[in-house]
Amino acid sequence: MLIEQLINGLTLGSIYVVVALGYTLVFGVLNIVNMGHGEIFMFGAFMGVIVTNSLGLPLYVAFLVAIIVTGILGYFLERFALRPLRGKEGVSHLAPLISTIGVSIFLENAAHHFFGAGNQPFRTSFSELNITIGSTTVYYVQILIFVIAILLMFGLTFWLSKTKAGKALRASAENLAVASLLGVNTKRVITQTVIIASAMGGIAGILVGIAFNSVNPQMGLSFGLKGLAIIILGGLGNVRGAMAGGLILGLSETFLVAYGNSGYRDAIAFIAIIVILIVRPQGLFGTSTSKSKG
Amino acid sequence: MSLLKLQNVSTFYDKIQALRSVDVTVKEGTIVTILGANGAGKTTMMNTIAGLLKPKEGSIQYLGKDVTGLRPDQLLRKGLALVPEGRGILASMTVLENLEMGAYHRNDAEVNADLEKAMDRFPILRERQSQLGGTLSGGQQQMLAIARVIMSKPKLLLLDEPSMGLAPLIVADIFKIIKEINEAGTTVLLVEQNARQALKVADYGYVLETGKVVASGNAKELLQDDTIKKAYLGH
Ligand SMILES: Nc1ncnc2c1ncn2[C@@H]1O[C@H](COP(=O)(O)OP(=O)(O)OP(=O)(O)O)[C@@H](O)[C@H]1O
Ligand SMILES: [Mg+2]
Repeated sequence: MLIEQLINGLTLGSIYVVVALGYTLVFGVLNIVNMGHGEIFMFGAFMGVIVTNSLGLPLYVAFLVAIIVTGILGYFLERFALRPLRGKEGVSHLAPLISTIGVSIFLENAAHHFFGAGNQPFRTSFSELNITIGSTTVYYVQILIFVIAILLMFGLTFWLSKTKAGKALRASAENLAVASLLGVNTKRVITQTVIIASAMGGIAGILVGIAFNSVNPQMGLSFGLKGLAIIILGGLGNVRGAMAGGLILGLSETFLVAYGNSGYRDAIAFIAIIVILIVRPQGLFGTSTSKSKG
Repeated sequence: MSLLKLQNVSTFYDKIQALRSVDVTVKEGTIVTILGANGAGKTTMMNTIAGLLKPKEGSIQYLGKDVTGLRPDQLLRKGLALVPEGRGILASMTVLENLEMGAYHRNDAEVNADLEKAMDRFPILRERQSQLGGTLSGGQQQMLAIARVIMSKPKLLLLDEPSMGLAPLIVADIFKIIKEINEAGTTVLLVEQNARQALKVADYGYVLETGKVVASGNAKELLQDDTIKKAYLGH
């Protein structure tokens, strides 16, 4: 029972991590919370449903389609909702935030229009398959989710710390002017970051769809808010913080449901935010003096 | 031959004019210094040349071509590099990563050899290579900023108050390094509060006051000039 809950918690937590990484990357370079991220994530989930259920194609095709579609959505978001506001005199610093809220409303309505308002199941050929070791049952789906999430985390960490492009992103996240003086085309880095973050959102959307066997146009909001809670928990713009925050939230929600009162499940994230903001306003991994990028 | 030529350059922050029709010429191979009180517009001028600010009027010519309005990364690829005021160290990246970022735009095979050279020249950077840039002392950060900009192999190096906030001994070091860099073939445009030391290493100087060039001349002449002495050399 305990181990099963631990596995459930890690599965949920690793999904949260992938959602949160999308926010944290964009916050890192642009210093704004991309309120459209949740809806891009939701589009990824719908791509999964369409490709696997409606078209009957294998799951890896669903991932590819979701990555491409959400990547393109990310490009459009940056190109038309953010870039026009950047570096203009007299534009409020809240403008990009509001602009991404506009994108989120637009995408949610588009989803209603194209996919319908209701819940859609997300079945995979191996939804029911599991292995039982002793009294512990593990579903293949959980393993798949966990492995993909871990690969993404390690991949991203490796990319950020070892590759030239990753270093350019970190330099841009710390200081756009300095990065450009060092030869980084910061405009391109910003676009590329929003695209990568959105594609990660698309992958997360499919993972959530499989995990909960349910996809609907409102899912962007609830998961988006949790993603936000996680990056506040972990420290804004901090990659390691997003990873730790996501796992902590996933585990504590699962254990609350298993051993406590499931009615409060969705409240945990926000209780955690309140506590963190009181005790450690910079977040678990954030630094108070400057914005830290991990 | 002039490497850099500013003609009639005016730069604004919103409605505030910080540069007023500035004409400045930097000859290849020389050290040129810009003097001026706080708020005179020195940083504005450097940032305008490096592409961080766009001039509202006038033109900037570099290597005989009009480069007005180009971005900093485009200018760096042409060999024009700026160490900004405050040094621009990437605090959350290691010393080694800062140095690597200096060679960001380079794809040649010598990058690693140059890294070694930079760390030979500044042993403290080798010693601290895996430490975060933000944890270095002011003097060490300035060494890192200079080593990093050398990694980019500039033709024209812009330095905005490299001696700011440093102890006299380190300041002397910095000026020695600037001289070295220049002797190795890099043209230098130097903003300094340390007017006397700046004029000693420089070939030519300009004096800025409220965004205007009010005096210019050979460094030796400026050192002897009575008004300059009074205003900038402390007696
Ligand atoms: N970002 C900005 N917004 C508005 N005004 C600015 C800005 N930066 C500088 N200024 C103004 O432009 C003028 C020139 O500033 P600048 O920083 O170029 O001076 P400086 O000569 O470098 O001074 P210091 O020696 O103190 O570094 C000043 O009056 C300053 O107040
Ligand atoms: Mg200045």
